[in-house]
Amino acid sequence: MNSTDLVTSFERKIDAEDKIEPRDAMPEKYRLHLIRQISQHAHSEVIGMQPEGNWLSRAPSLRAKQILLAKIQDEGGHGLYLYSAAETLGISRDEMIRQLHEGKARYSNIFNYPTLTWADIGAIGWLVDGAAIVNQVALQRTSYGPYARAMFRICKEESFHQRQGYEIMANMMKGTVAQREMAQDAMNRWWWPSLTMFGPHDSDSPHSGDAFRWKIKRKSNDELRQKFIDKTVQQAEVIGLTIPDAQLKWNEEKQGYDHGEINWEEFKRVINGDGPCNRQRIEHHKKCHEEGRWVREAAEAYQRKIQSINN
Amino acid sequence: MATDTQLDLWEVFIQGKSGGHHMHAGSVHASDKEMALKNARDLYTRRSEGGSIWVVPSSAIISSAPDDAAMLFDPANDKIYRHPTFYVIPEGAKQI
Amino acid sequence: MGSKEQLFKYLLRLGDNALIQGHRLSEWCSRGPILEEDIALSNLALDNIGRAQAFLQYASEVEGNGHTADDLAYRRSERQYLNFLITELPTGNFAYTITKQLFIAQYDVILFEALCKSTDTTIAGIAAKAIKEARYHASHASDWCLRLGMGTALSHDLLQNEINDIWMFTGEMFEMTELDKDLVQFGISPDLTILQNIWLDKVGSVLIKSGIQLPGQGYQQTGSQQGIHTEHLGHILSEMQYLQRAYPDATW
Repeated sequence: MNSTDLVTSFERKIDAEDKIEPRDAMPEKYRLHLIRQISQHAHSEVIGMQPEGNWLSRAPSLRAKQILLAKIQDEGGHGLYLYSAAETLGISRDEMIRQLHEGKARYSNIFNYPTLTWADIGAIGWLVDGAAIVNQVALQRTSYGPYARAMFRICKEESFHQRQGYEIMANMMKGTVAQREMAQDAMNRWWWPSLTMFGPHDSDSPHSGDAFRWKIKRKSNDELRQKFIDKTVQQAEVIGLTIPDAQLKWNEEKQGYDHGEINWEEFKRVINGDGPCNRQRIEHHKKCHEEGRWVREAAEAYQRKIQSINN
Repeated sequence: MATDTQLDLWEVFIQGKSGGHHMHAGSVHASDKEMALKNARDLYTRRSEGGSIWVVPSSAIISSAPDDAAMLFDPANDKIYRHPTFYVIPEGAKQI
Repeated sequence: MGSKEQLFKYLLRLGDNALIQGHRLSEWCSRGPILEEDIALSNLALDNIGRAQAFLQYASEVEGNGHTADDLAYRRSERQYLNFLITELPTGNFAYTITKQLFIAQYDVILFEALCKSTDTTIAGIAAKAIKEARYHASHASDWCLRLGMGTALSHDLLQNEINDIWMFTGEMFEMTELDKDLVQFGISPDLTILQNIWLDKVGSVLIKSGIQLPGQGYQQTGSQQGIHTEHLGHILSEMQYLQRAYPDATW
């Protein structure tokens, strides 16, 4: 197939809403865009295990301990599904991990914030997973088959994550004064970072053009953010939490909420490495990767021995 | 020593309930087949999805090339006599 | 049947073992040697915490003081905990964890096989579920013992070292306390001296296949059944019970 045929067959598929599969012809830029996006998504799931893992040993009941562990385990599983999807594009997981360690691949900014109290576990489940799921539901229609399938499975499994977070917040809001204060404090600290999870405003989003044309991205950052805000405000009201945005107001005309401006300077600062936990998160990942090396090498050496006996 | 730190890639096929087909569920990394099987169990059957698991080294799989799709699959399209609806059955005939 | 106090105490042992073991395993979350193993270790932890909940729930019913399983887990102090010392040993490196897993899971397999026939039908019911989990845990641990024992010189030496270190905490699992002697008479729990021989056979065969030397019969630590623990347990509990202790009026 020459390069013009390649482009036409690819574009015909995209136009027809067919999925692109690993062995299909695809423009190199499409492939690279996907590797960047899917690996970033995978790293986010895996790095996201850390802030929640911070409370595993302190979960306040046997039920809470099991739920939190199952949830963090799911995040690991989702990271794995996504790494697998990226691997079909010809990059190894080893290489993706190397890029993460070298700072060439990113992960969601939100995980550079610390979890200070148990209410933060509620806030992460409810707000952070709530924001993630808005994004992920849209991505089930993404044009790359393995990515769409990973998203489908992830959305199915994630549906309990947001509920468990909301349940934690709801229970605390029904509890003692100290619990209510703790919940509101977590809300105050996690609300704005959650809004930045959708990325910059559409007008400032550098990669959107291609991503839309290739149907990798199906909804814009601002559209998704609006969707998240509109459904979350009501949920906050039901349990008596206040959204920390004085400018938040129902807009009858657009049938959605207007909101105050996000602090983009903080967003940029954190994304560029100066968030409270950036260094800690990567160091943790590197350390465990290094500490696991002898285990992986032993497993490989064992396999070679078995093979040489069998041969 | 391999420079790749993530062990080998395996494809996982899960049979949901007895009598069904084993369907492709995804992949796992593992250094040997026992590990691949257990990793598949731990990852892909967390919500009782499984009754039986197959794991296969990804390197053992060959897949058809998209360019060959027309050659491979189109010739079946006009063999309509392979489908029961192709045949006209006299009215009144039963259990056929 | 034995007295209520005896049964309660025995259930605490079963529940505490599962809880502390599960807690330690959960410390691997986000720290596994490879992502797949991270997920596997979480599954092991979840089985244990679930089992702890079942046994402590039953313990709270037997106690009959209106306490819940959570009260038992989160409001008792070090001296009241009855888990074996081996379960509270630190997470350590992967070989240390696998060694603990091998010793404990093989013990669980034969214990729960016996408890499936307990005259206490609730215990027998919990054991019937736990035995399936324990068999998987034992298989997982045996697989890894082989890989580490037969893998590289480094992994072999680490495993041998951890086996030697932890061995002195295994004898306690088979001690026939006064409580055990009484419960055996009522058919509630098994004779642990018989179990010990089966355990030695099973563990021994895994270790031999893994190229690991069985440690000799050295001194065996004891104390947990009198609530005399290692220094580690206090730290586990001060973390685990932090919220329940700091906010005694709160429910979560």
